[in-house]
Amino acid sequence: MNIFKILDDLQKVDGDAIGRIDHATRRMFMNRIGSTLAAAAVPTVFASIVNKAYAASATPIEVLNFALTLEYLEETFYFQANRTPGLIPGMYSLVFSQIEKHERQHVEFLQGALGAAAVKRLNYDFTAGGKFPTMTDFPTFVTVSAAFEDTGVRAYKGQAGNLISTPQLLEYALQVHSVEARHAAIARKILGTLTSNPMMKGWITEDKPVNPAVAPIYAGEGNTTHLGIDAATLAGIGSITRATVTESFDEPLEMADVLKIAGPFIVGPK
Amino acid sequence: MEKISTNPVVSSDSQILSKVNRRYFLRSAGVAAATGAFILGACTEKDLAGDDTVDLGTGDVGILNYAYALEQLEAAFYIQVMTTPYLNMTDAEKWALTDIRDHEIIHREFFKKALGDSAIKGLTPNFASIDFQDRMSVLKSAMLFEDTGVSAYNGAGKLLKDVNYLLVAGKIVSVEARHAAIIADLINPNALEFANGQINEMGLDRAYSPSVILPMVQPFVMNKISGNLLPR
Repeated sequence: MNIFKILDDLQKVDGDAIGRIDHATRRMFMNRIGSTLAAAAVPTVFASIVNKAYAASATPIEVLNFALTLEYLEETFYFQANRTPGLIPGMYSLVFSQIEKHERQHVEFLQGALGAAAVKRLNYDFTAGGKFPTMTDFPTFVTVSAAFEDTGVRAYKGQAGNLISTPQLLEYALQVHSVEARHAAIARKILGTLTSNPMMKGWITEDKPVNPAVAPIYAGEGNTTHLGIDAATLAGIGSITRATVTESFDEPLEMADVLKIAGPFIVGPK
Repeated sequence: MEKISTNPVVSSDSQILSKVNRRYFLRSAGVAAATGAFILGACTEKDLAGDDTVDLGTGDVGILNYAYALEQLEAAFYIQVMTTPYLNMTDAEKWALTDIRDHEIIHREFFKKALGDSAIKGLTPNFASIDFQDRMSVLKSAMLFEDTGVSAYNGAGKLLKDVNYLLVAGKIVSVEARHAAIIADLINPNALEFANGQINEMGLDRAYSPSVILPMVQPFVMNKISGNLLPR
């Protein structure tokens, strides 16, 4: 993949993108690229650079482009899966075509909102370098689907605060956020059925991943303290367990962490 | 009207207490009518809003009370569902509805604690229109409550000023959306309903303001809920 093309693309939508990237970091990055760094590791490196660049609070355009980056990933994922013969059993085809429809609507909505500032669609590898046979094995596809949707929920939640001064954009983001949560719940339920695991619920228990391979996606989900109140110690909840308390609040994820998760599925620009 | 809820986990002491206090207060008021000015002086604005009107208040606190009211209602509903389960409730249904009950109790207790002295009182639900012995009546009511909750939180987000409150609302609304999808799936498995009628042609879930939500919710509450002072 051509990392410099991506930096150029970033520069187009964010005139200060290069400026944001610490000069020393960039030089170090180029040195590493020049070295024997394995090609497979490049997306991770790219993500870590973007992380540094966007560590501070993001502007609304950055938030929308971040969202669009994720929606492209999801939409392409379902588009390919729904058109891969034999992958999705007939009884689940309605669910996944419905999810694809929503992701496409989200892409179109964000593209419309961003106009010329919209980032471009990228090339994707939904096996993440051969790690996940998503397009040949249905349980793997559903696992990654649940992981993507749970990530999407965390990603939108993490950006809500950055939109507080643009109320209409905030409302749109929340309206997408809850759709992603509906997707996540149904994908998780199907995964629970496929794996005969009644503990795989529509909601996230503690920080338990849908699969150990995607554990980072669930980091921090075991939190029970909100507004300085530990909800697990509320007298009024009686004998309700801490695990159940973790289910009742979903946690946000920073932009940098989300990009780290998406990175292995992104090959580079089209 | 007696409170329907027979929550095994949480006592309804505060509601009983508020009823007793009110009766006691009214009796005292009759006796001490001559010193009316004194009694009025001791009343808060909330008391003066009317016998059984609950005013949610203003600003961020008002929005949190609005969420607290909705969570009270949801918790009371699922407590009733699991206290008098409909016939032939499957294991999957039992697990899901028990989890959801507990989540709503946690949300309710969380808001109560976060609001402290500013919290509205315990509401008295009115579920007369729901047949708790009928599976479809229960599940369709559950779906209505969850979808209403999602659209209420989605519409309330932009009314909040404090980014920390916004984050908490975000943490809860996605759990409500998960509930909505799972309930829909119990009604019609692997169908479109988990995310269909609620979603518009732009792929967006509903977002309703308190002025739309409160009239929808009012039939399920004995108290009159007023959101007149909420931000718009």
